[in-house]
Amino acid sequence: MANMTNKRESAGGDLTARALREAMFAGLISLGLFFLFVGLKTDQNILNELVLVQRWGLLAIFVIVAAVGRFLMVAYVQPWSASRKAAKAEAVGIAEDRESFFKRNFTVIALIGLVLYPVLAVVLFGAQGSLKWVDNFGIQILIYVMLAWGLNIVVGLAGLLDLGYVAFYAVGAYSYALLSSYLGLSFWVLLPIAGLLAAVWGTVLGFPVLRLRGDYLAIVTLAFGEIIRLVLINWTEVTKGTFGVSGIAKASIFGIWSFDVSAPNNFAKAFGLPMSSAYYKIFLFYLILALAGLTAYVTIRLRRMPIGRAWEALREDEIACRSLGINTVTTKLTAFATGAMFGGFAGSFFAVRQGFVSPESFVFLESAVILAIVVLGGMGSLTGIAIAAVVMIGGTEILRELDFLKAVFGPDFTPELYRMLIFGLAMVVVMVWKPRGFVGSREPTAFLKERKNVSGSFTKEGHG
Amino acid sequence: MSGPLLQVKSVETYYGNIRALGGVDVEVNSGEIVCLIGANGAGKSTLMMTICGSPQARTGSVIFDGQDITRMPTHEIARLRIAQSPEGRRIFPRMTVFENLQMGASLDNLKYFDEDVEKIFTLFPRLKERQMQRGGTLSGGEQQMLSIGRALMARPKLLLLDEPSLGLAPLIVKGIFEAIKKLNQTEGLTVFLVEQNAFAALKLSDRGYVMVNGQVTMSGSGKELLSNPEVRAAYLEGGRH
Repeated sequence: MANMTNKRESAGGDLTARALREAMFAGLISLGLFFLFVGLKTDQNILNELVLVQRWGLLAIFVIVAAVGRFLMVAYVQPWSASRKAAKAEAVGIAEDRESFFKRNFTVIALIGLVLYPVLAVVLFGAQGSLKWVDNFGIQILIYVMLAWGLNIVVGLAGLLDLGYVAFYAVGAYSYALLSSYLGLSFWVLLPIAGLLAAVWGTVLGFPVLRLRGDYLAIVTLAFGEIIRLVLINWTEVTKGTFGVSGIAKASIFGIWSFDVSAPNNFAKAFGLPMSSAYYKIFLFYLILALAGLTAYVTIRLRRMPIGRAWEALREDEIACRSLGINTVTTKLTAFATGAMFGGFAGSFFAVRQGFVSPESFVFLESAVILAIVVLGGMGSLTGIAIAAVVMIGGTEILRELDFLKAVFGPDFTPELYRMLIFGLAMVVVMVWKPRGFVGSREPTAFLKERKNVSGSFTKEGHG
Repeated sequence: MSGPLLQVKSVETYYGNIRALGGVDVEVNSGEIVCLIGANGAGKSTLMMTICGSPQARTGSVIFDGQDITRMPTHEIARLRIAQSPEGRRIFPRMTVFENLQMGASLDNLKYFDEDVEKIFTLFPRLKERQMQRGGTLSGGEQQMLSIGRALMARPKLLLLDEPSLGLAPLIVKGIFEAIKKLNQTEGLTVFLVEQNAFAALKLSDRGYVMVNGQVTMSGSGKELLSNPEVRAAYLEGGRH
């Protein structure tokens, strides 16, 4: 026994020594790498001469970060992950029934959390302070959750790679913006119309691309997204071009209470509350929560119906689908239309929330971000996609809040500008760790009579 | 019923400008097992695909149950209860075995669904064991069983099997062929079979066709073809096990 502890101690000593050695190497390598990149900087002085600025302090920071990072990695992270792996290998088999309470009831907990979220924000930060949390974080993230769930029907379920999804978002937003400013219709009338128009455009896109798959389909959908955006820019008589449509009417609570300050049935007046813009934001939060919930509900229901199963089968094997009597034309078109419809709903919500729409909101980058969320979350998994949206959109919003970085990198450092860099980095990291996204396993939709407990190793997805 | 269940009349099929089938005549009667044997590239699978309407025949006609199906889209042909277990099995890899079977029944006979699933599970007990497993994780033989099972879920009048023995061990091939025979004998299922494994296929079949370069060169009962010296020389010698 004493022998053993002795051994372990000496092993620990070895580990520290090795970690120190590797840290030193890492430091040396980074010194060599960054000596010219970071240590020396060429600059122009006031006489327009080229001068060499020496930045030894910054170089030292780089070297120290590399060395300390390597030390921590070797001394702590690697043994920890190794022991975790070993524990996991031992626990396989029995782990199945012992899923934690949190994991089993994740959906319910998440829903309760979301419903309570604005209340919590008001209690913690006051009516005015809650704006940032409800609007920038809550609504912003939920819009992307909804968009990604909508796109998930097309990409995740039906397997049709769509790079122009933002076009339907734009159709929805402009449908509401234009019809409400020209015809004065209310949000509740225009919401279904916007969805319907987007679905029609989804079908219009669907027809020419019926015979395409994979890369070819992606390129045509990409072009479609650009066409819609260019039409919005150039059809100036109707859309006001790059100036955009402003002064879009606010939504009301089913026409009973309004959020216009001057209206007699103003929400705050009706309840004798102090005037604040927070009520409208909180209302919008619940509105987008309900819309996203609708998207999820419809997706879950459809997956269990013949049409949803046909979508998934289409993703797997188109030829087999046809030989089983599935009409692949209508299957594809309904996937495009359904996905587009939810994009349209989200778009009209976007217009109501911003009060202003311009073609700049519907650039290709938006499509790429939505697609990235779907892929990161794990194609087809609603939970995974929601997590990915929180991480990606919430993460970029948090970047705006990180003022302390200015103290480190200087006052003209704006973390938002590194948004895309971090976005890309996060994608690479997730794809290395979890090649099929956060939730890579597909939940089966059908069971024989009762659900049988089958060991996870059978139903789990393989990697790659 | 008058006339054969499936009648292929002087069908020519092209891939672009290349003629894959040059005037093929094949008949399958109700309740028969008919096989089509031939070398690689003879056009066996093309004939199978032409019956299913993808690609469609350029000239000639395909008549099923008295109805001309030459110009019908594939999914409508499938709805006439021509079920196919395509070449390379083509199961849905990310869906479970059970869901794969469910896809086979996606036509209209949900009334018989439970009964049919049970029937397929008795025919292929391995599938029952693995019903919650993803299709892609099955072995080749199990995937073939699944592919046939999925086709049977449509309650077909005609079952088209494209190379069910492809890449499988002889013992498993034997099992699958026995299952086909059993279906034919107990339920009168009509089967049209394309095979490379000429010996096993001819032994199983009532009648057979031999295809060379897109044309049917010989036909006859399974026994006749088995004893025919030309067939023996071309497809059987050395390949017998």
